[in-house]
Amino acid sequence: MDVAQPKDFLLSIEGLSVSFDGFKAVNDLSLYVEENEIRVIIGPNGAGKTTVLDLICGRTRASEGSIRFRGTELTKLREHEIVHAGVGRKFQNPSIYEDLTVFENLELSFPRGRSVLGALAFRRDAEVINRVEEIAEMIFLKDHLETDAAILSHGQKQWLEIGMLLIQSPELLMLDEPVAGMSVSERIKTAELLNTIIQKHSVIVIEHDMKFVEDIAHRVTVLHQGQVLSEGSMERVKNDPKVVEVYLGH
Amino acid sequence: MSPALFLFRKREWISFAILAFILVVVFPTLFDNFRLNLIGKYLTYSFVALGLVLCWGYGGILSLGQGIFFGLGGYCMAMFLKLEASTPEATAIQSTPGIPDFMDWNQLTSLPFWWQPFHSFTFTLFATIAVPVALAFIISVAMFKRRVGGVYFAIITQAIAAILTILIIGQQGYTGGVNGITDLRTLLGWDIRSDNARYVFYFICVALLLASLLLAQFVRVSKFGRLLIAMRDKEDRVRFSGYDVANFKIFIFCLSAALSAIGGAMFTLQVGFMSPSFVGIVPSIEMVIFCAVGGRLSIFGAVYGALLVNAAKTSLSETFPELWLFAMGGLFIAVVMVFPEGVAGLFRQHVEPLITRGISLVRIGKVRKPRPTAE
Amino acid sequence: MIGDYTYTEFTSILAMQGFAGLTLFSVFVLMALGLAIIFGQMGVINMAHGEFMILGAYVTYLCSQFFSEYLPSLFSIYFFFAMILAFAASFLLGMLVEWGLIRFLYRRPLDTLLATWGLSLILQQAYRSIFGAREVGVTLPDWLMGSIALTDIIEIPINGLFVMGLTILITLGVYFAMFRSTWGKSMRAVVQNRTMAGAVGINTKMVDRMTFGLGCGIAGIAGSAFTMIGSTGPTAGQLYIVDTFLIVVFGGASSLIGTIASAFSISQAQSTIEFFLSGSMAKVLTLLTVVGILMLRPQGLFTLKIRR
Repeated sequence: MDVAQPKDFLLSIEGLSVSFDGFKAVNDLSLYVEENEIRVIIGPNGAGKTTVLDLICGRTRASEGSIRFRGTELTKLREHEIVHAGVGRKFQNPSIYEDLTVFENLELSFPRGRSVLGALAFRRDAEVINRVEEIAEMIFLKDHLETDAAILSHGQKQWLEIGMLLIQSPELLMLDEPVAGMSVSERIKTAELLNTIIQKHSVIVIEHDMKFVEDIAHRVTVLHQGQVLSEGSMERVKNDPKVVEVYLGH
Repeated sequence: MSPALFLFRKREWISFAILAFILVVVFPTLFDNFRLNLIGKYLTYSFVALGLVLCWGYGGILSLGQGIFFGLGGYCMAMFLKLEASTPEATAIQSTPGIPDFMDWNQLTSLPFWWQPFHSFTFTLFATIAVPVALAFIISVAMFKRRVGGVYFAIITQAIAAILTILIIGQQGYTGGVNGITDLRTLLGWDIRSDNARYVFYFICVALLLASLLLAQFVRVSKFGRLLIAMRDKEDRVRFSGYDVANFKIFIFCLSAALSAIGGAMFTLQVGFMSPSFVGIVPSIEMVIFCAVGGRLSIFGAVYGALLVNAAKTSLSETFPELWLFAMGGLFIAVVMVFPEGVAGLFRQHVEPLITRGISLVRIGKVRKPRPTAE
Repeated sequence: MIGDYTYTEFTSILAMQGFAGLTLFSVFVLMALGLAIIFGQMGVINMAHGEFMILGAYVTYLCSQFFSEYLPSLFSIYFFFAMILAFAASFLLGMLVEWGLIRFLYRRPLDTLLATWGLSLILQQAYRSIFGAREVGVTLPDWLMGSIALTDIIEIPINGLFVMGLTILITLGVYFAMFRSTWGKSMRAVVQNRTMAGAVGINTKMVDRMTFGLGCGIAGIAGSAFTMIGSTGPTAGQLYIVDTFLIVVFGGASSLIGTIASAFSISQAQSTIEFFLSGSMAKVLTLLTVVGILMLRPQGLFTLKIRR
């Protein structure tokens, strides 16, 4: 029997490093996420937060270390295979298809017909329509299904992208600054949305908004210079002198 | 709902019907055999333009090497016709009878092995599509699997077009050199230069084109079509929605190559020769302008664009050869700066509202004050 | 003995072939430098670059006509005036094109490509209308004619040497302009972060215009140099554009050293293979190799691993 059982965690990152042109953006990082957890990653600019998400979803290749998701090694997989394994990623700037309607945006993310022939044979049947409407309701866009995504407000675009992840039914959602640029009321709605989401999914969130972080986080990881500076409940992290010095103190 | 009805919306069926009517009824009644043959030649370019609508307009992949596939398709057909024209009896005066004349002029004494299969018409039909698609497949796998796109892809395809032209011209013993493969006579014993044959080829060309339009429309309205638009806009988002983006690009590029190849083969049949002047950099980028003038997002526009530009080219370069290059250059700048959606876009903006208003006027049966059209 | 040649003959031929390659290299470098600045720094594909070069060549041709007609006493140094004028003409036309066309298309690289192709057609026809379709050549002053005999067999033409010296000078000039001057700093600042550069008071629009103009101006000088080794026709620019683009891409778009190294390897490969095979096959083989390598290594020869 192994002493450490990686399968106990949904996601276990061990000894992860990557460098850009000599600069170590992520340095020997280890991080574990449990099922149905909301984990918030905070840290000053350049701490490597977005890079960690890039590494998990395969956008950037690790120089060293391993990322295991339900026992599957992700560092060897290609981006779409990581998605098939059950990891969804939302980008920092809302990344949606501006030339398509809200319905089409969600439909394209529906996990069926992902091969060339599958896409040619894909039919918009009742199952697809129901699922799209169900998700649209969750992300407050039920009345905008036929709207062109380009004319949505910034907050609505953020929600749409979250919806595009939800319709994939991933086990792990990674959200990069989901409330950036949102109004106060939109933030409250987003926090509600996230609380609904975690009933079925695990979530990793990068966020700067401390109020929002306190509202949603189970555990907080503070990154600094590509390494974990502190980890634990919001309360504990807030009072950690190291964290106050590099980040919250500003 | 039958699948055919599923393909088009009502308005698109009307456009399709109008185009079919023009090609099948109007042109053949209006024009004599010579002009009809000329139009048939223009139509072969609309296959290329149609491929570019899918690949560039929808997929955002600009290929500056469509002449490669047009040419290869045309050359495959020309090789078959040339072999048929080079019977030992017809070439008895050569030092080696039975091989194409240009081989004899270049001191070849036997038919190269890779010419041999082109004795078979079945093989030729297969190769006409398969050879260009195989090359397109190699190019696109190498490029798209490594995420090379945009201007890099454009330049590489252009370079390949240049290479192929130099190769064809340099190896004249095997390819006919700069003159190309000329003096083609019969197809399975049927004189392709007769009025009768030209008439039939025109209709075959139209039939193939209409079928290709249906195929393109099928791709366009499927989820594949929406994915192309999505990839053009946010490639990474598509990738992180679980799609292998490269495969989709490879498929659409190969499809556009296949369409170009059909055009090339029909060109050879209707015009009676094939030469490197339809392969290189200049013809390849001209094919892009056919698509851009028609409207890079309109499959019907591709046909009108190819017809318009080529008709203008023929009439202008006959009367004012100096003006033609200026006009062509201006056209490139104009479709980029002034009307990026081409004729189709202009039609949609200016003509369609008029028609819609006209119809509603007729329906209501009374004349109202013209309203300013909504922006 | 190698084939029909003795060993000395063979090495001499290789040396001469190598020198021919160096002359080709000079033209490639001059052409590619301008293109690399415009493409590497601004991301703009200028398909009319060859026509800017030809503009420089025609200006040089006009100068040689003018001097031999009106200032025969200064004919021996006309070339230096011609070069300055060639630079000025291409530079100004470049600025004009940036102002009238390019600046609207910065976010649409593929459209820029098509628009500049249109421009190149218009320029070609303009040259044809003004100068005629026939190729024109300049008369070289006496001191540029002839050649230096290194051994009995190896002869090095003086005009080739001159073009090479010129290339080195201009390359150094471009290097200093880009990496040592204030203007170069502004340009690189705009490339790295346009918003920030604007915020600290750099006139980014002017920098764009100057950069484009400079790239075109260097093409003008290239054209000037080109007249010394070949004649000029309206479509001569188009012959070089694909090769030059491959050089820039092969060298790794934004690297000056890369551009020079790739121009060197491509021109040397081409002229060496030319000796063994026909000219056209040499070109096919060289270009195929480059395209093949680019397919395996799309980022070109010289690039850094950067964060996307």
